[in-house]
Amino acid sequence: MQTFLFYFASLMAVLSGILCITRRSPVASALWLVSVLFHLSVVYVLLDAHFIAAVQVLVYAGAIMVLFLFVIMLLNIGRLGPSDIRGAGGKVIATAGGLLVVAELLVLRHVALPSAMVLPAGTVEHIVAQQGVVGAVARPLFQQYLIPFEITSVMLLAAVIGAVVLAKRKL
Amino acid sequence: MFLGPSLAVSAILFSLGVTGMLLRRNAIVLFMCVELMLNAVNLTFVALSQQLGLDGQVFVFFVMTVAAAEAAVGLAIIIALFRHKDTVDLANINLLRG
Amino acid sequence: MAPAASPVANGAGLLVLLPFAGFLANGALAFLRPRSKRAVTVIGVGSIAAAFAVGLVIFAAMLRSHVEVPIVRTYWSWLRVGTLSVDAALLIDHLSIVMVLLVTGVSTLIHVFSVGYMGEDPGYARYFAFLNLFVACMLVLVLGASFPVLFVGWEGVGLCSYLLIGFWFEDEQKAAAGLKAFLVNRIGDAGFLVAMFLIFRTLGTLDFVQLAALAPQHFTPGEPLVTAIALLLFLGCIGKSAQIPLYVWLPDAMAGPTPVSALIHAATMVTAGVFLVARAGVFFGLSPVASAVVAGIGALTALFAATIGLKQWDIKKVLAYSTVSQLGYMFVGVGSAAYAAGIFHLATHAFFKALLFLGSGSVIHAMHRAYHHTHSHADAQDMRNMGGLRDYLPTTFRTMWIATLAIAGIPPLAGFFSKDEILASAFARGHGAPYWYLIWVLGAAGALLSAFYMTRLMLYTFHGPNRTGDAERAHLAESPAVMTVPLVALAALTVAGGLLNLPEGLPGAQWLHRWLEPVVGVPAALAGSAALGRGTEITLVVVAVALAVTGMWLAWTRLHPEQLVPADRAPAERGFAKLLAEKYHVDEIYDAVLVRPLLWVSRTVFWKGLDAGAIDGAGVNGSATLARTLGWLGTRLQTGQVGMYVAFFVLGVLALLGALSR
Repeated sequence: MQTFLFYFASLMAVLSGILCITRRSPVASALWLVSVLFHLSVVYVLLDAHFIAAVQVLVYAGAIMVLFLFVIMLLNIGRLGPSDIRGAGGKVIATAGGLLVVAELLVLRHVALPSAMVLPAGTVEHIVAQQGVVGAVARPLFQQYLIPFEITSVMLLAAVIGAVVLAKRKL
Repeated sequence: MFLGPSLAVSAILFSLGVTGMLLRRNAIVLFMCVELMLNAVNLTFVALSQQLGLDGQVFVFFVMTVAAAEAAVGLAIIIALFRHKDTVDLANINLLRG
Repeated sequence: MAPAASPVANGAGLLVLLPFAGFLANGALAFLRPRSKRAVTVIGVGSIAAAFAVGLVIFAAMLRSHVEVPIVRTYWSWLRVGTLSVDAALLIDHLSIVMVLLVTGVSTLIHVFSVGYMGEDPGYARYFAFLNLFVACMLVLVLGASFPVLFVGWEGVGLCSYLLIGFWFEDEQKAAAGLKAFLVNRIGDAGFLVAMFLIFRTLGTLDFVQLAALAPQHFTPGEPLVTAIALLLFLGCIGKSAQIPLYVWLPDAMAGPTPVSALIHAATMVTAGVFLVARAGVFFGLSPVASAVVAGIGALTALFAATIGLKQWDIKKVLAYSTVSQLGYMFVGVGSAAYAAGIFHLATHAFFKALLFLGSGSVIHAMHRAYHHTHSHADAQDMRNMGGLRDYLPTTFRTMWIATLAIAGIPPLAGFFSKDEILASAFARGHGAPYWYLIWVLGAAGALLSAFYMTRLMLYTFHGPNRTGDAERAHLAESPAVMTVPLVALAALTVAGGLLNLPEGLPGAQWLHRWLEPVVGVPAALAGSAALGRGTEITLVVVAVALAVTGMWLAWTRLHPEQLVPADRAPAERGFAKLLAEKYHVDEIYDAVLVRPLLWVSRTVFWKGLDAGAIDGAGVNGSATLARTLGWLGTRLQTGQVGMYVAFFVLGVLALLGALSR
């Protein structure tokens, strides 16, 4: 069951991705990207990252993509205008680039993990069982990675201010 | 559990993002391809976290945060640019020409 | 080496210092007070006369104490580079003292003459300054204890020659003559330098005293290396002493004042080459080939220049070619290892040639005066404008005839003894090597022609009707005493000069030969001696005198001065006479074959091609253009197009991944 779901979700994600990058309408691209995010979320669940799956839906699909759609609407570029896909030369370069990248990466995928770092099987499930889905991520976040956490909050503040200032009509 | 296939999917999604970046001229669609690449990376982290520990998931958390901030600021820039040039087609935006 | 025998050793520096101090003083006067004739005269003549006196003192000391060992006085350490060690040192030996006396003695007389000749010239002080500098350099040349010191003097006299030939430098032709002399000499100097390099390389020293001992030990006679050294040294002599093919500067050098021609281009500087062969005799003695070449070129030059002199109309040009010819005789002498004979002819030639030049100076001076009165622009040096001057310039006439007899080789005047000895030594070597008989034939033919053209000169200048012009004739007069006294003194020396080296059998015979024995004995022995039988010797003497008399008689009877026409109306030469008058077109040939191609190469290849094209164009401008092009290429990267930036980005990522996947 899980295997079937995994492959189905993966396939759907990839197809959605392909559709995302080939649609003429930006709105369509955005919506297909949302589809990718949802299917990836399913995959996360199957990989025992429940919290991440939830956050993905909430933040990524729910906030970021909404923001994208807002901006598209705001700038009124959602209608079908002249296509922004590059010409024949551009298509060739793009396909070539993409194929090369995937080739390289698929080669790299077979690198063996260093044995010293690999945890015994079932460790993650054990931790999740012990601390709960949220706690498993929260505990390292607030203990080991506290400083990056605080810095991230400052960064978000800066982003908010920056976004507001940049987008204002008159300062 | 599904380490190998996950990494393959991640690779494919990443390269789809690259292809999209090279293929499209619309700034917003370009941004969406960036998000696609970020998600591919997130998938890699999560897939590996099963074997290497929960640090991977924490990192995904951070990636998402940064992606959010970046999307906000980036879209604000595009809005400001649109107000100037009345277009988001990157072919017409070459003010930094040398 | 004897330690400093006081007057002898210390005098050496004084010999050079006195004329040099004269140069400095007169040079200062030339800048500050050019009109102070009295001071310049006293300093100029006095410094040389003082040097002559010092030379006499040294000579007397040498005669008395029978010092046979060369004395070297070192002043300071000049060059110390690696294994090369050259000191600023002067060498007094029998050869150098002879040259010192000759140079300073004849110089004094010529300086006195110059007082009259250059008296009205505005560059009087400058003239005496340069003349003093010349004597100083010439003394460094003859007194040098090693090749580099000699070379300093060698170059110094070359410089002074340039300065004095182009003395009236406002005239472009005269300035060009000075430049020609300097440049042609340079070619010879290059040979001299290479010879010095070779000597240092093989023997490790450049000091004459050391070389005289080292060279015979190191080299086998006839070895190619020592022949090369000798020939390269001779190349320097060819330049300095105006032999074929580098004689072309000497006739042009007549553009300078006549006393300069007398001193530099007759008596002293041009003889430096002969002196060098004697000084470096050990190399020539070790190389029969080089010695034969020296004698061969000398003999050829003697004859060649004599033929040109037959048809020259300018009185100084006749004497110039005569000098080239006589220098050839000196080289025949030193080439046949008769070094004493060569030096002997050098001395006698100094006397009679200086006399001839000064005499011609006296004539020219009188002609100039005459033309000055009538504001005529006729050539004061052309013999076709002269004639019958015996009535107007009696002292000049008589002294010049004495010199003419000497140069023709009439006994008992000096020239006879020296020329005869040279020809005899050449003939003596003929036994077993017929080449030397040919040398003798060339020399004898040259002797005949010498007698002819000198008689021609006297005939056209002093005998026959006067062609100067009726108005000018009234103003022709003998030169003042300051100019005629040196002429008389030189005439006396010409008559008595033969006493220096009388042939065997006469009392006091071979004095110079014996005097120079310590210096030239080794080279002469290396070359091997050749002796003539008594009968052959007398026959040769008779033949020589007969040739001289024949030459003079031919000129006297065949030439008709009364048929001559003044220069501006004279008909052009035709045929062979024209070829001689045009000096076989040698200068034109050199110009076409050497000078023009060299100029072309310099201008077109080196200047336009290399310098302007390659270095300026490709090098300087090219690198600027390259920089600009590279910069332009760089700008092509900054298009402002995000798509392009992304593409490069991806390229970089691919490269990274490629590196990782290895």
